[in-house]
Amino acid sequence: MSIYVDENTKIVVQGITGHQGSFNTLQMLKFGSKVVAGVTPGKGGTEVHGVKVFNTLADAMKMEPNATFISVPAPYVLDAAKEALYNGIDLIYILTEKVPYQDTMEIVNLARKMGKTVVGPNGPGITSPFKSKIGIMPNQIFKEGNVGVISRSGTLTYEIVDQLTRAGFGESTVVGLGGDPVTGLNFVDVLSKFKNDSQTEAIVMVGEIGGTAEEEAAEYIKKNIRKPVVAYITGRSAPKGKRMGHAGAIITRGKGTAESKIKALEEAGVKVADYPYQVPILLKEVFK
Amino acid sequence: MVKMNLYEYQAKELFRKYNIPVPEGKNYEDLSKIDWNKFPAVVKAQVLVGGRGKAGGIQFANNSKELMEKSSQVLGMTIKGLKVKSIYIEEKLEVGKEYYVSITLDRSARKPVIMATTEGGVEIEDVPDEKIKKFWVDPTIGYSGFIGRQLTFDLGLPDSEGKQFQDILAKMYRLYREYDAELVEINPLVITKEGKIIAGDAKVIIDSDSLFRHKDIPENAAERTELEEIAYKRGYSLVELDGDIGVIANGAGLTMATLDALTLHGGKPRNFLDLGGSDDVEKVVGAFELLKIAKPKGILVNIFGGVTHCDTVAKGIVEAKKRVGIDVPIVVRLSGVNEDIGRQILKENGIEAYSDMMSAVEEIVKVVNKQ
Repeated sequence: MSIYVDENTKIVVQGITGHQGSFNTLQMLKFGSKVVAGVTPGKGGTEVHGVKVFNTLADAMKMEPNATFISVPAPYVLDAAKEALYNGIDLIYILTEKVPYQDTMEIVNLARKMGKTVVGPNGPGITSPFKSKIGIMPNQIFKEGNVGVISRSGTLTYEIVDQLTRAGFGESTVVGLGGDPVTGLNFVDVLSKFKNDSQTEAIVMVGEIGGTAEEEAAEYIKKNIRKPVVAYITGRSAPKGKRMGHAGAIITRGKGTAESKIKALEEAGVKVADYPYQVPILLKEVFK
Repeated sequence: MVKMNLYEYQAKELFRKYNIPVPEGKNYEDLSKIDWNKFPAVVKAQVLVGGRGKAGGIQFANNSKELMEKSSQVLGMTIKGLKVKSIYIEEKLEVGKEYYVSITLDRSARKPVIMATTEGGVEIEDVPDEKIKKFWVDPTIGYSGFIGRQLTFDLGLPDSEGKQFQDILAKMYRLYREYDAELVEINPLVITKEGKIIAGDAKVIIDSDSLFRHKDIPENAAERTELEEIAYKRGYSLVELDGDIGVIANGAGLTMATLDALTLHGGKPRNFLDLGGSDDVEKVVGAFELLKIAKPKGILVNIFGGVTHCDTVAKGIVEAKKRVGIDVPIVVRLSGVNEDIGRQILKENGIEAYSDMMSAVEEIVKVVNKQ
């Protein structure tokens, strides 16, 4: 088993003819993902890396996709996500950065009511090696295994997955939540899935400053998770009130500090690494 | 979402557009242009930092002579490092009571939350939680009159105030939605001695990712330092810090992790600089140009290649050494896509790149601390 994506995930790429859409379609195909269709208004009838392109998502539905990879410019993300919801797509991944947060808020709340899942925006997506990948994570860092990974970051996720794989571990599913203040999935959503996933025997959480999602995750872990959890939190050296690259990575009014997150996680029995390279070392300890 | 604060005069202009009652007032950038003749009056420094009252940025005047004195005091003064470039003069209200009301994002709930209390006029953080009444709006349904009625009952407002309060709240929510605000706040919400409700202050923060649909809102850059502003205009995400080790990395998370590792090892980072998801030699060269302005004692480049290929970064470093003229030590870590090619390129140019982050961090701290 794995969570969110597996062999049955059939992906449509909204914005497939763009640079990111086309490049990542090829990478997903190489990984083994089933990319069944693409949508770009006005480019219907063409192909991208052998994938048929349609003018509208309604037309593309004849290929029976159940997940969408949205890679359209920020002003059009709300529309693309609504098109996906109208057509009954179950999993909506949004790659685009700088989406107005009120648009994201609308998408996420609509999707929840309809029982659909949104991941992102501004994140690397979801990978279940080597069943399926929806997103932009580099193909070569993965190995199938029993560690579930949840992260708010992109490159840092690759760094940590790479370290896990090099240390002999493998991953069940890796979920990149995205660096925005409002995202479709948060730590608790994914933890509740890993809890019931038989393939996942340990969980790695990569958090950062800003918001209280890590504190809420700690509370959830304390009450519900019996599998070992290892965490790494970035932003210990970040000055207050300064936004560190990610829109959501900011300490405001004394809230969202790394110290507060580390303390909450440690109190919940989570082992917290000081450096990325310590994550596999701590995992080896919990597996003993 | 990058937050963009509006000046009080800009926020009050928006309030007027939505017919939210505000005191009569006018913004001045030049003392000779002052034509105010309604007294008593208040002179307010227009700066994007809190605590202007304590710093002497709010003054009162009873006549024209006093007004000119106070205005010349406030205009041009410096508050927390920011020069006051304009003053807002407005009528002084006859304050009876002070309430508080705001609409902002609740990140955990992923919904807007309305907060209101009858204990306004102080920092909302200082008001006990049980005194603050809240309502989470479902953004797919939106605002409706019953929300204002419910808050009116929760707050225990008299009939004379309830209707005015509900009217203001409905307009605030429209402003919040239509202008993609992150915060719309009125503190104090003044109840005058005649029982009229009016916005004493106005705070509006706009999500700058939404500016493409708000052409009437100018971009305020006051919260960035000079170097941050240059970087921003050139399309880089840079934050100035007070150390001496320059940092270039890719991805916000990895960049933050690099700063943390440096700090834990006794190093002091000079900056946060994220190359972002680009694969462009010039973008790397441009990063070094920015660091040249920052004058660090050494530079650490930490790359995990994905979208950004390691050979591209290597070429950029070599180019930068030639063109930008970097004369401080550079320590490089390359891992991921095309790392072997990247390392070879650097080797041919006399730079030995590390493959793991920790060795590179230790090396740069050693090199810089020796100086």
